[in-house]
Amino acid sequence: MATKVTSAVMRQGLRVLGVAIRTEKALFALAVLASAVYGGMTVGSAWALGWATQHVVLPTFAQGNVASGALWTGTLLILGAALLKSFGVAGRRILAGVIQYRMQARSRRDVTKQYLRLPLSWHHQHPTGQLLSNASADAEAAWAPLAPLPMAVGVIVMLFTAAIAMVFTDLMLALVGFLIFPAIAVLNLIYQRKLSPLATRAQQLRAEVSEIAHESFDGALVVKTLGREELETDRFRRRAHELRDANIAVGRVRGLFDPMLEALPTIGVLAVLAVGALRLSGGSIDSGDLVQVAYLFTLLAFPIRALGWVLAELPRSVVGWQRVQAVLDATGSMEYGQAVTTSSAPAALEVRDVSYAYGEAEVLHDVSFDVPAGRTVALVGPTGSGKSTLVQLLVRLVDPDAGRVLLDGVDLRELAYGGIAESVALVPQQTFLFDDSVRGNIALGLETGDEDVWAALRLAQADGFVARLADGLDTRVGERGASLSGGQRQRIALARAVVRRPRLLILDDATSSVDPQVEAKILYGLRDAAEASTVVVVAYRMATIALADEVVYLDHGRVVDRGTHEELLKRCAGYRNLVTAYEREEAERAAMDVTVEGEEVSA
Amino acid sequence: MTAQSIQGNSERSALETIRQGLSLTPEFRKGLAGTLALAVVATTGKIIVPIAVQQTIDTGLKGGAPDIPYITGAVLVCAVAVLLTAVAAYIMNVRLYKATESSLATLRVRGFRHVHDLSVLTQNTERRGALVSRVTNDIDQISNFMQWGGLMIIVAFGQLLVATVLMFVYSWQLTLLVWACFVPLMIALPRFQRLLSRAYTVVRERTGDMLAAVSESVVGAAVIRAYASERRTAERIDNAVNANRSAQVRAQTIVGFVFPLTEIVAAVAIAGIVLLGVRLGLSGDITQGQLVAFLFLVTLFVSPLQTATEVLNEAQNAVAGWRRILGVLDTPPDVADPGDKGVELPRGPISVAFEDVHFSYPGGAPVLREVTLEIPPRSRIAVVGETGSGKTTFAKLLTRLMDPASGRVTVDGSDLRDVRFSSLRERIVMVPQDGFLFDGTLEENIRYGKPSATTEEIELAMTELGLADWLEGLPAGLDTPVGQRGESLSAGERQLVALARAYLADPDLLLLDEATSAVDPATEVRLARALEGVTRGRTAISIAHRLSTAENADEVLVFDAGRLVQRGPHAELVKEPGVYADLHASWVSAAHS
Repeated sequence: MATKVTSAVMRQGLRVLGVAIRTEKALFALAVLASAVYGGMTVGSAWALGWATQHVVLPTFAQGNVASGALWTGTLLILGAALLKSFGVAGRRILAGVIQYRMQARSRRDVTKQYLRLPLSWHHQHPTGQLLSNASADAEAAWAPLAPLPMAVGVIVMLFTAAIAMVFTDLMLALVGFLIFPAIAVLNLIYQRKLSPLATRAQQLRAEVSEIAHESFDGALVVKTLGREELETDRFRRRAHELRDANIAVGRVRGLFDPMLEALPTIGVLAVLAVGALRLSGGSIDSGDLVQVAYLFTLLAFPIRALGWVLAELPRSVVGWQRVQAVLDATGSMEYGQAVTTSSAPAALEVRDVSYAYGEAEVLHDVSFDVPAGRTVALVGPTGSGKSTLVQLLVRLVDPDAGRVLLDGVDLRELAYGGIAESVALVPQQTFLFDDSVRGNIALGLETGDEDVWAALRLAQADGFVARLADGLDTRVGERGASLSGGQRQRIALARAVVRRPRLLILDDATSSVDPQVEAKILYGLRDAAEASTVVVVAYRMATIALADEVVYLDHGRVVDRGTHEELLKRCAGYRNLVTAYEREEAERAAMDVTVEGEEVSA
Repeated sequence: MTAQSIQGNSERSALETIRQGLSLTPEFRKGLAGTLALAVVATTGKIIVPIAVQQTIDTGLKGGAPDIPYITGAVLVCAVAVLLTAVAAYIMNVRLYKATESSLATLRVRGFRHVHDLSVLTQNTERRGALVSRVTNDIDQISNFMQWGGLMIIVAFGQLLVATVLMFVYSWQLTLLVWACFVPLMIALPRFQRLLSRAYTVVRERTGDMLAAVSESVVGAAVIRAYASERRTAERIDNAVNANRSAQVRAQTIVGFVFPLTEIVAAVAIAGIVLLGVRLGLSGDITQGQLVAFLFLVTLFVSPLQTATEVLNEAQNAVAGWRRILGVLDTPPDVADPGDKGVELPRGPISVAFEDVHFSYPGGAPVLREVTLEIPPRSRIAVVGETGSGKTTFAKLLTRLMDPASGRVTVDGSDLRDVRFSSLRERIVMVPQDGFLFDGTLEENIRYGKPSATTEEIELAMTELGLADWLEGLPAGLDTPVGQRGESLSAGERQLVALARAYLADPDLLLLDEATSAVDPATEVRLARALEGVTRGRTAISIAHRLSTAENADEVLVFDAGRLVQRGPHAELVKEPGVYADLHASWVSAAHS
């Protein structure tokens, strides 16, 4: 990670700023104009003061009377310069903010559009936390230097004007300035180079402290049930103390450089006074000139540090921008065909020789089976056998590495965008709800009446609790459905699928958080209503499997056997082993009890 | 049971908050007087320039020819003074950073510990993110204020004070004029600050909305694709991003107006000084050097006022942060550790008794009523009942995650409330349904149950639980990383690790709250058998979601609508008509339909 202001970082950083300038040309031009007015008028106000000293103050004391013409001119000059400067300041600050926030918003919109566009396989390769910070913290950091940038441009204008003004006033005094101001700039550069890595480290530690607190509070129940409060506190304390030390290190550098940067211009003014007195005695300048230059030093001391602020933000900006750019440059997308489906009859599904791998690890090998229209097929297999991956292929969340998935004889890849969603509804294992109303979560943009929504909720056994919610269908479910229980969320997700009257319904262990009794009602309801659809269901529970016309048994990513439940029970040992585990256990126990009792009798 | 929520909006006044906050941070108060004295010295550096200008003009330039030796001498004296104030500023800064960072680190750790000491119920009254903020953002806000805003207030006061004193020495008339110009601005500033504070509140809310919307595109990636709702999601995100941007621009605009306003007021003051000053000069009330010095002194008013809105805003944030962290620390842990006064339970099988126990959640209907029961040592108990029957509440009372509203829970004859936490948590361990794992390796997560365990012990535990095969199937075995919250593992695998972790802790009473609900049947049966072996000689309680657990238990406790309605061995219960027989029938029909 780039933390130092090296020349490479500078070059990259300036290129990033170039992108912003090109994107917001008009606003940036206006902001620079405002900054230039501000910079020019800062020098102008010093000049006005010098003029007033020379033409009003000194003559008054020398001559004993006020030249009223000059007095009013001086007043107007002072007020005029301040007014223009104020416009400059306001314009600069507001426009700088507008540009910065517009660029950040643009990056966020572009990055999230990419997230929505890129295939799910890309998502699998990137941790959630990283993607979230790309869209928030990185997009923020990338454009952070835009805030002080117009000011920095204004300062450059200011320095030029000041240099010219000083040279015209007096070469010797200008020389003092030419020594002091570069010294301030260089000192500031050293400051930022020293500070930047320390500040980055403190920032990093702040994030780590926050992560520990997050994880620890999330796992509060585990911490409590195992009585590990002290262990957790030690873990937190260690990192909090590292953060403390890092912050103190930052403080040391700040504490050293800030007073130096304040003292330098003051030393400059004192030097101006000493040199100025000499020049004055030589008659090369008048007192007004002296006051003007001294005042200029006072005014310039602070803004000149803006150059340093831009530099300080550059390393962070470059890193942020690179991360955002990596997302924007990511290639790969789902290509869609032209085929459309018009049928409203149950769909037929065929899976032919499908293989799929996550990186090196192949999770599906040559999987083939078909689901005739209107039939219900159960996918059964132990944990890690590839069921959920297979389900993702069936709705084309990912494409197979080899083989084909056909819906009514058409390869999924040939269907137009939206075509699969129109025919197929998936209820995934991990329920996801949007921060929206119950109705919004079920309709998801589908134009549907409330009766249909209620009908779907009834089928999902969710009508009861939804009716009891404060605002019924309009109740907002909170971020990721936080206000609902796991079982309630699953039933909303189920209603979302059935409200679409899909031609193919895919349930991936979709009722695992629901009570067995409620689950049974849902399944019977589905079977009665499902005349109009084909169903693929991933399940462990016997009750669920029993609803299927046919079972496909998967193990280690291969179809081991397929047939009716009874057939598989007879001929497939793995299947029998899995689905009858509970019954066999019962039976064995019963047998054992008999022996134990028998032993007791004989003893 | 009364509602015990974390206090956050207490009616504590700002001053009271700061006083109490400071009383919690002894490191900060120590040496504060010295730091403040140094700050005052550092501030006096600001009036060196106006004095030097005045001296040069009045003394050095008197009578036309400048007095070079005098001016050089004055400049040198001033330069030394500048260096001294810079040194004072350095020492002051370092002291300030050390004091604030040390004291806030202590406060941070204290807050963290206190959150863990609060009862589960109290913890759940707040979102986790809000609790995290108490020990991160809130503390950071206080630290920002102490190191910048608070310092600025001191510096600004010092600066205005020394400037005013010097001005008064030069001319009281002009001093009044300058103050007359700035007072209206000072009165207006708090108004601006309120405006700004409201604008920032909106920004924070919009930022929260924006982050939530953005996260949907990542967390909901699969659902969005499956339902082809990319466009709809993109619109929602764009709206949230744009609303956030507008709020930011609005806040920036308010800040953007304060700066120029100060500039204009300063210019009016300067113009007034020139207009009035020359007349005072004519009447001999002021020298030309003093008049010019005034022009420099006015600049000392500008920066404190320009930063005042930001400083006031930070002060407000810091007080709010303090109030929130005090709110946490003031919330008593209602399920408190009796500590050293508490009873130490000897090791060995545990007996449990509930004596007329009642419980209701704050503001809710009773969830457990008149529960009286005994669980003899070494018994194997199954707890059954429908969702909402009170099973989980029973488990939470037994592990003292909560205390009963009335009645008592005893272990080995001691009231749970009198048992030392260290002893209680060592002997009674619950495995919750959601197998929460920490970001780390499998081994680290299992070792959490017993920090002193060796790798061999952990491997042995896995073998005893019948999980050795599963472990071997993993790419890196015990070194397999589990990801954040264990997300790299499946829900079933997470439960296996959570179970191993609890088993390694070697408790005398193991309580499983549907702890293997997401595991596949074959594995679950294997596990149940292994558990039976390893919990022999211990008390074992399972909240059951399937028949065989109940069938194999010594005794089944049947809960219905908050009451213990039936108890006894499966064979007996299944014969009597009642809740258990019904439950049993539905299990059987689900398994064999």
